[in-house]
Amino acid sequence: MLSARDIHKSYASGGAQVSVLRGVSLEVARGEAVALTGESGSGKSTLLHILGCLDAADRGEITLADQRIDGLGEAARAELRRRRIGVVFQSLNLIPSLDVRQNLAFQARLAGRADAAWQADLAERLGLSEHLDRYPEELSGGQQQRVAIGRAIANRPALLLADEPTGNLDEETAERVLDLLLELARETGAAFLMVTHSARHAARMDRQLTLEQGRLA
Amino acid sequence: MTRAGLSALFAHWRRHPLQLAALLLGLALATALWSGVQAINAEARASYDRAAETLGQGALDRLVSDRGLGMAEFTELRRAGYRVTPLVEGRLEVGGRRLSIRGIDPLTAPPGLGTLAIAGDEEALDGLLSEAGLLLVAPETARALSGAEGLPPLRSSANIAQGEAVTDVVTAQRLLGVETLTALVLAPEQPFGLPPLREATEFAYVEGQSGGDLTRLTESFHLNLTAFGLLSFAVGLFIVQSAIGLAFEQRRQTFRTLRALGMPLARLIWLLAGELTGLALVAGTAGIALGYVIAAALLPGVAGTLRGLYGADVSGQLTFDPLWAVSALAIALAGAGLAGAQALWRVARMPLLAPAQPRAWAMASARTLKAQGALAGLLLLTSAGLALFGQGLVLAFACLAALLIGAALALPPLLIAALRALRPLARGPVTEWLLADARQQVPALSLALMALLLALSANIGVGTMVGSFRTTFTGWLDQRLAAELYLTARTPEEAREIRAFAAPQSDAILPIWSVETQIKGQPTQVFGVADHATYRENWPLLSAAPGVWDRLAAGEGLLINEQLWRREGLALGDPIRVTKGLSLPVAGVYSDYGNPAGQLMVGARTLDAAFPGRPRLRFALRLPPEEAPALAREIRDRFGLPAGNLVNQAEVKALSLRVFEQTFLVTGALNALTLGVAGFAILTSLLTLSTLRLPQLAPIWALGVRPQRLGALEVARTLLLAALTWVLAVPVGLALAWVLLAIVNVEAFGWRLPMRLFPADWLWLGLAALGAAALACLWPVIRLTRLPPNRLLRVFANER
Amino acid sequence: MNVKACLAALMLAGPASAQGFAGLGTEARDFAVPDPEAALRFPEDHFPHPDYRIEWWYLTANLEAPDGTRYGVQWTLFRSARSPGTAPGWEAEQLWMGHAALTSAEAHRVDERLGRGGTGQAGVERPFAAYIDDWAFASIAPEGADPFSAARLTARGDDFAYDLALRAEGPLVLQGQEGYSVKSPAGQASYYYSQPFYRVEGALSLPGGEVAVTGRAWLDREWSSQPLSENQTGWDWFSLHFADGAKLMGFGLRERDGGHFTSATWIAPDGRPTHYGDGALRLTPLETAEVAGREVPVRWRLELPARGLEVTTEPLNEQAWMGTLFPYWEGPVTVSGSHAGEGYLEMTGYGAE
Repeated sequence: MLSARDIHKSYASGGAQVSVLRGVSLEVARGEAVALTGESGSGKSTLLHILGCLDAADRGEITLADQRIDGLGEAARAELRRRRIGVVFQSLNLIPSLDVRQNLAFQARLAGRADAAWQADLAERLGLSEHLDRYPEELSGGQQQRVAIGRAIANRPALLLADEPTGNLDEETAERVLDLLLELARETGAAFLMVTHSARHAARMDRQLTLEQGRLA
Repeated sequence: MTRAGLSALFAHWRRHPLQLAALLLGLALATALWSGVQAINAEARASYDRAAETLGQGALDRLVSDRGLGMAEFTELRRAGYRVTPLVEGRLEVGGRRLSIRGIDPLTAPPGLGTLAIAGDEEALDGLLSEAGLLLVAPETARALSGAEGLPPLRSSANIAQGEAVTDVVTAQRLLGVETLTALVLAPEQPFGLPPLREATEFAYVEGQSGGDLTRLTESFHLNLTAFGLLSFAVGLFIVQSAIGLAFEQRRQTFRTLRALGMPLARLIWLLAGELTGLALVAGTAGIALGYVIAAALLPGVAGTLRGLYGADVSGQLTFDPLWAVSALAIALAGAGLAGAQALWRVARMPLLAPAQPRAWAMASARTLKAQGALAGLLLLTSAGLALFGQGLVLAFACLAALLIGAALALPPLLIAALRALRPLARGPVTEWLLADARQQVPALSLALMALLLALSANIGVGTMVGSFRTTFTGWLDQRLAAELYLTARTPEEAREIRAFAAPQSDAILPIWSVETQIKGQPTQVFGVADHATYRENWPLLSAAPGVWDRLAAGEGLLINEQLWRREGLALGDPIRVTKGLSLPVAGVYSDYGNPAGQLMVGARTLDAAFPGRPRLRFALRLPPEEAPALAREIRDRFGLPAGNLVNQAEVKALSLRVFEQTFLVTGALNALTLGVAGFAILTSLLTLSTLRLPQLAPIWALGVRPQRLGALEVARTLLLAALTWVLAVPVGLALAWVLLAIVNVEAFGWRLPMRLFPADWLWLGLAALGAAALACLWPVIRLTRLPPNRLLRVFANER
Repeated sequence: MNVKACLAALMLAGPASAQGFAGLGTEARDFAVPDPEAALRFPEDHFPHPDYRIEWWYLTANLEAPDGTRYGVQWTLFRSARSPGTAPGWEAEQLWMGHAALTSAEAHRVDERLGRGGTGQAGVERPFAAYIDDWAFASIAPEGADPFSAARLTARGDDFAYDLALRAEGPLVLQGQEGYSVKSPAGQASYYYSQPFYRVEGALSLPGGEVAVTGRAWLDREWSSQPLSENQTGWDWFSLHFADGAKLMGFGLRERDGGHFTSATWIAPDGRPTHYGDGALRLTPLETAEVAGREVPVRWRLELPARGLEVTTEPLNEQAWMGTLFPYWEGPVTVSGSHAGEGYLEMTGYGAE
């Protein structure tokens, strides 16, 4: 489903070029859940952003569902984000001016494939049915993350990316959020890649990849 | 510690030069507009005091004679104990310029006849009485006359109007080539125990004209300017407030760190207050310079307006008054204090360990909004109540203030309601988000939007008032000044001569004579008019009984002006006692703009019978309009009449139109400035918000909306808010205009102007508002679209 | 400075500078200077001397109504030449200034008039009338008699008027040495004579009505071109009628160093004058009052040991301030001590603090 080959990325920082990714290659199959671990600064988030079309690689090939997605312009990348990719960040995922219902539907509607029944089902399963008219700032952290997951899944993405989705949550809530993520990713058959610090969470995934100084160990 | 603290605080400005610029520019603009308007007002008022000296002479009673008056008559009356003083007036052609000469006797002249120009100037007095004589003239006139031949030495005095010269009676006679006096002027106080001079002499007694209360007439104009100045200042403070607010918010972390490192709170507050003061001083100084430039640029226009509208000669040159500069600086400091007090207060109450919440300050809670809406409603109700039931000028202005503040406070709740109402129209998630986001941005942008609302409604209100005034006034002038030439002779003899001279060239000579009397306890002028088509066909009657002109001619009725009518609450048919023996019913009411006092019109014969033996010095000439300028010139040259004594109505109309263009120019310039300041307020607010908005925009972007699209949406949002503000500004502006025309004018002057609407102007203004808003958001938006992805991603970044 | 102050300077000093009181201490320029050898001649010297820069006809009267209410009246005509000689008509170079005052214990009423000579507004006419506007000091003496032996005095202000008949009961009195009155150690002098023997009868017009009065009046005539020395700042000038019929004229010219240059004339009841030069008369201020924003001595001790005179003067109204072009204090006083009587006090040159 997702295949990346020899990804390089460097940033200008304080006048010097810092190489963050130095030839990373990986594959994630449809329905597979892969954990991406590594120390701080190892390039986990950068890799995730590049795979999620949020940022562009300097070099390397990326194929998503048989489509080359490296070297695309911002417009094409934006379309891919809309249609094929779902992202869950650690925090501030939601659009503060929209209520839960609108947030949940937002990406699907952007992509032009809103499915009211599926969305209602998702809200039910995420335990959000009671909160549909609330605004993000009125929700707890766990609820916010569940809205973010719901929004990503509602779009039936080919690729589901999560960047420390439970980083700000307590252990119990984190477990339940992770359960939901895994369950929904499997159910929709999305290729699921999650950045995490937690070895326990990583262990629950199908496979673990570890980044060390810009390379996969 | 203080130095370390200061350098930590200042580092912020080094890293955010734009904010510093916004803060300084905002305060400077606010100060500039305020102080500029103040300078204009002060200069104009000083000019009135000078002009009052000139005009004052017309307010003193005088004696004139058919046979001409001379020294013998002066001496005779002085020896009889009366305080009279000789006056010689005439015009002199010097190097192609007309110079009005006024000869006085400084030894016997009462105050108001030119003595102010002599006060404090020993040499002037000595020169006046010397053999060579001396001409006291305005500095401008002195420059224009320098090098002219055949004149006595010139001496400048700021207390003389332009184009006038005050000199000794002897010098005046010599220059004008006359041996007689124009008049004997009476001191306002006559000695104890003498019979009234009016009865003691056979000379014609001419009452002083009391209508020239310049200060009162011009007050409304200054009120306009002051209101504009205040408005601009308020608008400028919005900018300062937002810039200071932002700077404080962004330095929260710094403050917290400084305090954590052991700086006492009091010290921190003092440092911040000191910093604010320093910035205010810098901005205030710049503002003063800018204000001076604004005033200097606008003053010629103001001078033109006042000269034409009220006959007040205002010098077009600005003098620098240190007191003005100091007060402007004080206003800048006060403004900065006002704007910064809230920020300082928040810093003082900031808990040491609370997490940073940079977004919170920009959002107002729903409760605040509700309270604001309630207060706005209360103010608007108060305003309406005052409009309906209030009496007096002060309440009229209170009504205006309540209207404007109420409208400004009502703006945020109304905008939110409007955006909510628009929601069903949204198609697609992005539009939906746009409206929702705009709604959420209203509290943060409310100050800037209020500034815009005030600027727009002031624009509409003042524009409507000035436009209504112009339309009505020019129409009225056409009616009122139907005759071609209006003439006031200085002596009965001159009047006779001019009539004889003009008769062959005129179709009709209509006498206009007037007496000053008391009607309902108020000094009122009574005019006698001839029965002529000029009046029948043209006179601007507001309401009239049938056959009004016949009744006037038959001595069976009289006309009153609108002022008297409104003040006394009169109705057609009500009797008015003109003299002990003469009481006539009101047969009609006419509009009489520009005149604060009451006025009556009766038939010429009626007036004659009621006040026999009055000098007849004024009359109107009817002749083909194209011949009027030539005849006017001939009369002026032949009789040396002062400019004010012979009026060509075509000139008056042309002048009036020019005046209104000037008024438009001044108000237009101030309008543009306030609009500009409001635009700047929007810009600073948007810049303030642009960093804070990233968390709101980043998710949208991450979900697949391109930065260009986001930028376009940002522009659309700002334009939407500006457009909605404009929609609200139109009724507020019209309400403002209505209060100005129907309440303030009536209270201040006794006349009411019909309100005219100029929808095309509103549309243009709307476009201007959109343009200003678009300009204001352009830069923040461009910055947004150029943001590198990692700036946006940082919002979500785990690795910090 | 206002227009009045300018006029004051112009009246008495010209534009040069104001030295001493009202510029009386300035140079005489082209004007004539008093000559100690020249004898005064009457009635010619009653009339103006246009060759001299400054001249006055100065009357004061102590009056009493039938109910015992006391009043003081002042009438002065000043002449000031801008250049010697009189030109006719508007362009006359002689300026005239009239002061009139009516003082009671409660009020001090003042008026002032200005005019240029030659217009007929102000001046002195024959047989004799000094006038400005409708104010006049006009002789009513029979032909052949001294014009000053009987006169009518009239003036009218905003809130008062008076019309008094004056009859002299004694001769003219020459002050100083035969009318040559020395005003400073440096020799500045003026011509100075008086008629101190007027009996007065007439009426005052006040806002409350007419008041008939009787009393005594004193005329001073003086002309000069520079009566004050440059280091003199003003004067304190007394004209006193004593109960026994004797009179005293005494003045002290205050010098910048604080001294008084004094001069006095003791006038016997028959009009015989005895002149006392500098130092014979001693003037001591006893008490000051705040008048028009300045401290003015209102009670005085006068000592003339040569006559056994030691008296104190009290003002009828402390606030007898002449707020005229050049302001001064002038008002009626009563005299007690070795001699009882009444009179007038004029104090000039007391500036605001």
